[in-house]
Amino acid sequence: MHRSWSRPILRFVGRLVVTAILAFILLPALVVTLAAFNDRAILSFPPASWSWRWFAKALAYQDFQDGFRNGVIVTACASSIALVAGGAFAIALDRYEFRLKRTLEMVLLSPLVVPHFTVGLGFLILASQLGLARGYGVIVVCHVVLVLPFVLRSVYISLRNLDPRLELAAASLGAPPGHVLVTVTLPLLIPGLVSGWLFAAILSFNEFTASLFVTAQRTQTLPVALYNYVREYADPSMAAISVIYIVITAVLLTCANAWLGLGKVLNVEHQR
Amino acid sequence: MPGEESIAVRLAGVSKQFGEVHALHDVTLAIRRGELLTLLGPSGCGKTTLLNLIAGFLMPDSGEIVIAGKRVTFTPTYRREIGFMFQSYALFPHMSVAANVGYGLRMRRIAKPDITRRVADALALVKLSGLEDRKPRELSGGQQQRVALARALVIRPKVLLLDEPLSALDRNLRAAMQIEIKDIQRKLGITTVFVTHDQSEALSLSDRIAVMAHGRIRQLGTAQEVYREPNDRFVASFVGDVNVLRARLVRIEKPDAEVLIGEQRITVSSRTLADAQPGTAVDLFVRPEDLRVAETGTPTAAHGKVAAQIYQGGHVDLHIDAPEIATARVLVRLAGHDGMTRWPVGTHIGLTLVANNAVAFKPETQA
Repeated sequence: MHRSWSRPILRFVGRLVVTAILAFILLPALVVTLAAFNDRAILSFPPASWSWRWFAKALAYQDFQDGFRNGVIVTACASSIALVAGGAFAIALDRYEFRLKRTLEMVLLSPLVVPHFTVGLGFLILASQLGLARGYGVIVVCHVVLVLPFVLRSVYISLRNLDPRLELAAASLGAPPGHVLVTVTLPLLIPGLVSGWLFAAILSFNEFTASLFVTAQRTQTLPVALYNYVREYADPSMAAISVIYIVITAVLLTCANAWLGLGKVLNVEHQR
Repeated sequence: MPGEESIAVRLAGVSKQFGEVHALHDVTLAIRRGELLTLLGPSGCGKTTLLNLIAGFLMPDSGEIVIAGKRVTFTPTYRREIGFMFQSYALFPHMSVAANVGYGLRMRRIAKPDITRRVADALALVKLSGLEDRKPRELSGGQQQRVALARALVIRPKVLLLDEPLSALDRNLRAAMQIEIKDIQRKLGITTVFVTHDQSEALSLSDRIAVMAHGRIRQLGTAQEVYREPNDRFVASFVGDVNVLRARLVRIEKPDAEVLIGEQRITVSSRTLADAQPGTAVDLFVRPEDLRVAETGTPTAAHGKVAAQIYQGGHVDLHIDAPEIATARVLVRLAGHDGMTRWPVGTHIGLTLVANNAVAFKPETQA
């Protein structure tokens, strides 16, 4: 019969497609990881002999150290500011009706539409026009703008998933609004807040395009430092840094997963 | 009118509108201390809005709400001293059972040892002792419900508000919980307002029922009053099963009226007939248990043919085609199970009304 042979074929093709997609997702990281252990001073694949020395070199390289430190400062400030601002906006959008609500929503989400280099260029022009030095301030503000939509969405979704009857129940039990917020609302929003902060941090730490415009030699973040390095050298320290990047991010996500459950962090858990 | 001290909750001329929709029209209602009052009606009748107004989750557009002698019309929920139980239970998922039940006591800044004792008492009351440390998601639906009930009761509220609390449970559990809620309510003597759309639940639980439709209370009375002496066609047909039979008004002699249906003369109350003229058609509302298969020689209300038999365990439902008196099939409810063998499908029978329990209304005006 028709079905008897089409079923296994479809199943086989399906598996093939899934495998291919997974392979393409993982392949770049895999290639770079292998290249990082190449003993020779070229970025080639596959390596002929193996070594850890590029990790040592990358970690010792002053520009990378500075870039990492700058990145951590910028990321910590930008994602924390974005969390507070985005959280407040999310609460306003979820709980209150007001004029220009749609417009506010559009403006807040607009960095998703505007290319990063436009945002970077804009801040560069503004900063020079206002006579601001290209210090951390400009980079932080720029990153806040870029990651705000993600924080906003994350908090907004967890607010939506929060059963408003829980807050009513707390009120019926005699809890004034402030107590409701502290004992019910915030504890239940924590997964959303943590995931929002985490995604903002990852995005901010990896952000390159806009950062290229608004950073200076003294304030360049790690992706910019990497770019400057690769313009002059092409040895595997690049790949080594990439591997470190991947490991740190994976560790962060694993911790978040172990602590809160990835389902909650990604906001995919459904209400019971 | 009963004295103010015997009234737990009083609503006076309360109206609420959502945009263009009138959810409540000028509702006045006095809930007596210690009674279990049911707000019964189809969805959208305003019963939940009424409950939310008592709870303070909503504020009325006009009118006044008084709880335990205190005017609370615009008092926020947390100062009303109410207990509220949601259909979805709304247990705090991040707190243990004990923390859930103790929440209201902590908000009242009660001493820790007292909290522990009262939480234990409340859990014992709902038969959940030993589950203090579980999280809500580790409990069955029925257990979650009991936690919600304990949480609402432990604060000794002035009034307990229940929003369709049983509708998420399966049938058997539901019947058991009905009895349990009624038991607890009676034991504690707590004033309770129970919202439901399930008329059998309302009939079995309530001291009094307020039947609602389109934002108004259509009738307020005991289960018997609402079932036996409905004020209008809506109440008659919403509460319990009812047959609507065509009859003719013979005469009105207040407070009685006489109607003729087939060969039978029936005395009904004239209360529901207002200005109906003798000789005109009336609709006779007859409960299925007030109909019998006529024995030969007795006057019959109509002739019909058995169209279906439904065995219900304790009783048998016969569905009768009787085109002389009703367009829909007539439902006859017979106690015991003789009906199954005596009147199989297809049997021609005569129908007769027992007792004078019928209620007559003027026919609906044709649009």
